[in-house]
Amino acid sequence: MRYGLLVEGAPYSSQASHSALRFAAALIAKGHRLESVFFYHDGVYNAARLVAPPQDEPHLYDAWCSLNAEHGTRLQVCIAAALRRGLLDAREADRHGKAGHSVESPFELTGLGQLIDLGRAVDRLVTFAP
Amino acid sequence: MRSHLPVTGDLLVILRQVPHGSSWLREGLDAALVAAAFGQSVTLLFQSDGVLALARGQQSGPLGQKGTAATLDMLEMYDIESLHFDLEALERFGLTQQDLLLPAAGVDASSIPQLIAGHRLVLTF
Repeated sequence: MRYGLLVEGAPYSSQASHSALRFAAALIAKGHRLESVFFYHDGVYNAARLVAPPQDEPHLYDAWCSLNAEHGTRLQVCIAAALRRGLLDAREADRHGKAGHSVESPFELTGLGQLIDLGRAVDRLVTFAP
Repeated sequence: MRSHLPVTGDLLVILRQVPHGSSWLREGLDAALVAAAFGQSVTLLFQSDGVLALARGQQSGPLGQKGTAATLDMLEMYDIESLHFDLEALERFGLTQQDLLLPAAGVDASSIPQLIAGHRLVLTF
């Protein structure tokens, strides 16, 4: 089956990201395909490139990047939810006159319409919220 | 007014959070509006604390938040007219249909599975 995930919890603040990653690993191990993970609400913080967790904790950011590198899963971030939380890619940072950027590839800032498209395109869209 | 089930559509958005204090409700409504703009038929279910979103006479200013009453006013423009609320939740807050700012239909908790089953995609906020 083709899956999509919707992640609405901030990393390390709630279980949502951890659970979503474990679910992703399980469904891929079963031979299903994970098309995309869409980050919305506080879930957009998963895209913060500067996260620096202690070494004895799972590195959630790296885990998302691995999903993309190994399985081609898209990592889509709601742009409206991201901007108001200080998550900007280089283009948006430039547009808003900010000195640095906090989001970069493989995460992509995109519109909420992509979430609706994803929901229509996959067999299952599973939400992970706090 | 009670819902006449089955209610079907492309997307059911379930809103369970109060209109102030967090951005859950606003971001949930945004998803509904975008889906409608993409031509999807959208149903809303106000459940649990979410029924408070429908309470008449809300203001925005004092908390430094925009609130959601203005967004609710836009639903009709987006052809989102299938609005439902959890009857028991409304009663729990001591509200009646007359206190609501929009025409919505009440559903029993026992009918909610049917409402969910009638939609291909469900988003919960």
